[in-house]
Amino acid sequence: MTDRPDVLIVGAGPAGMQAALRCRALGLSVVLLDEQGGPGGQIFRHIEHADRRARNVFGDDYAAGHALARDFLGSGTTYLRHAIVWEVAPGPLVYALVGGHSRVFEPRRVILATGAMERPAPAPGWTLPGVIGAGAAQILMKSSGMVPEGPFVLAGSGPLLYLLAQQLLRVGARPAALVDTTSPGNRMRAVGPLAGALGSWRVLLKGLGMLGDIRRAGIPVYAGATHLAFEGDGRVTGVAFRHRGRPHALPANVVLTHQGVVPDTQLTRALRVPHAWSDSQLCWLPATSALGELSSTQGIFLAGDAAGIAGAQAARLLGEVCAWAVGEQLGVVDPRRRARETDPLIRRLARWKALRKFLDTLYRPADGQRIPADDVLVCRCEEISAGAIRGFVREGCLGPNQAKAFGRCGMGPCQGRQCGLAMAEIIADERGVEVGQVDVLRARFPVKPVMLRDLIV
Amino acid sequence: MSGTGFFRAVPALKREGGSVSIRIDGRACTVRAGLSVAAALLEQGAVRFRQTPVGGAPRAPLCMMGVCFECLLEIDGIANSQSCLIEVRDGMRIGTQDGAARLAGMTEGAAP
Repeated sequence: MTDRPDVLIVGAGPAGMQAALRCRALGLSVVLLDEQGGPGGQIFRHIEHADRRARNVFGDDYAAGHALARDFLGSGTTYLRHAIVWEVAPGPLVYALVGGHSRVFEPRRVILATGAMERPAPAPGWTLPGVIGAGAAQILMKSSGMVPEGPFVLAGSGPLLYLLAQQLLRVGARPAALVDTTSPGNRMRAVGPLAGALGSWRVLLKGLGMLGDIRRAGIPVYAGATHLAFEGDGRVTGVAFRHRGRPHALPANVVLTHQGVVPDTQLTRALRVPHAWSDSQLCWLPATSALGELSSTQGIFLAGDAAGIAGAQAARLLGEVCAWAVGEQLGVVDPRRRARETDPLIRRLARWKALRKFLDTLYRPADGQRIPADDVLVCRCEEISAGAIRGFVREGCLGPNQAKAFGRCGMGPCQGRQCGLAMAEIIADERGVEVGQVDVLRARFPVKPVMLRDLIV
Repeated sequence: MSGTGFFRAVPALKREGGSVSIRIDGRACTVRAGLSVAAALLEQGAVRFRQTPVGGAPRAPLCMMGVCFECLLEIDGIANSQSCLIEVRDGMRIGTQDGAARLAGMTEGAAP
């Protein structure tokens, strides 16, 4: 029975695929739902069809996804592509559109592995066509073999920006400039956490390699840039910023922006799971047990970057941990064996978390890139500016959920995915309180656009 | 959709895998099979996917992974389809969405 599997997994990235593999090895029936046309999530996007050229351009870490996807596809998991999950309810129940048809699943356990998204970083002109995420550009490269047209600039901060520059250079697409908004002060603060990250020296060396490639290619780098703004009328035509106290403006047909990645919490927020503000990752993290089970909703687990950003390797480990915990709950693994299996996995996770602490400190997005000036649009859908949100606060608005009533902020088609984090930080800043003291923006089911006929199932 | 677009296929990564015929706002065009609708429009040189219902501002894809809702198009009669999550199919009819949607049969200025 496809619709009553032992385990239903949402997301075919590293966490979801690894969880599926382990659940299948434990003899459990598994359905995996994923929005994309192939396995891999965003990190291993299009890995099923990646040829040697693609693996050379995207590197060993990407190529490693090929074996995982192959094992996953051969695991006996009922893998449903182009499946849009629009509700997860206690029970658990999972509602999805699969190939345009409504389906309801009643699994015994659920593992959510919905991954990460690029941090929305409101800046002047960020809604202009042609201003696009660095992650989005990498997706276009991996899945469609496309690169930016005409002069393009990379602007922002974080490892993905440098990795993308390196990959673009490998296919002959040369950025006109790298406008790096990483605060110079971050480096000093990152010295402490660096000690803990040295165990992951291979990753650190890879990072140095990226920066080396950018330097050797002679791409102008504006390190420590501030006041990033995208310019144009109807489409982006350039990027403006301040560097070493002086204003600069560069022409660009496309600007690729990045300010790190954050967990995709749409489903856990709609499930009313308690979320705590992480001051190191500058985002909300859902509350879970050490084995990944949602603290508020029994039988639903959370694996991978959706539980907190830690990278693809850590995502696989956490997917494996969740699968063992599910096995224990369903009685196919005894508690002692489960502990024997998960204890070393959790110790290995700690190493990746130590690396992440270093990266989070070094590439902490600058305050000015997260908490914008009054004239900047924050809610792209309803076109609500930071100034309007500050106005709501002066009228008594205490948090993002009240801001919906004050001015529809977060109530457009994206349902707060783009404005939620910035709104929380702006309101906290204006109120003069810690972000953790304002509430997390609640999401509502359905979390995806569905036709009325699809709701009647 | 004329002039310089935002993205182009690069020979070092482009795969040859056949093509499909689609219609974009009534105009027939041939695109590579296997692309998402959003990627296909970008390769066709599209710079404006829609105009916002609130202020009429032009928008184009930001995330390409289903979380920004800037690539919403009418696809085979279904409005607000996330074009980055849907693959092109032969005979597909795609319409850009400009401004606020109107219900079928409603005329300009009619009270909802």
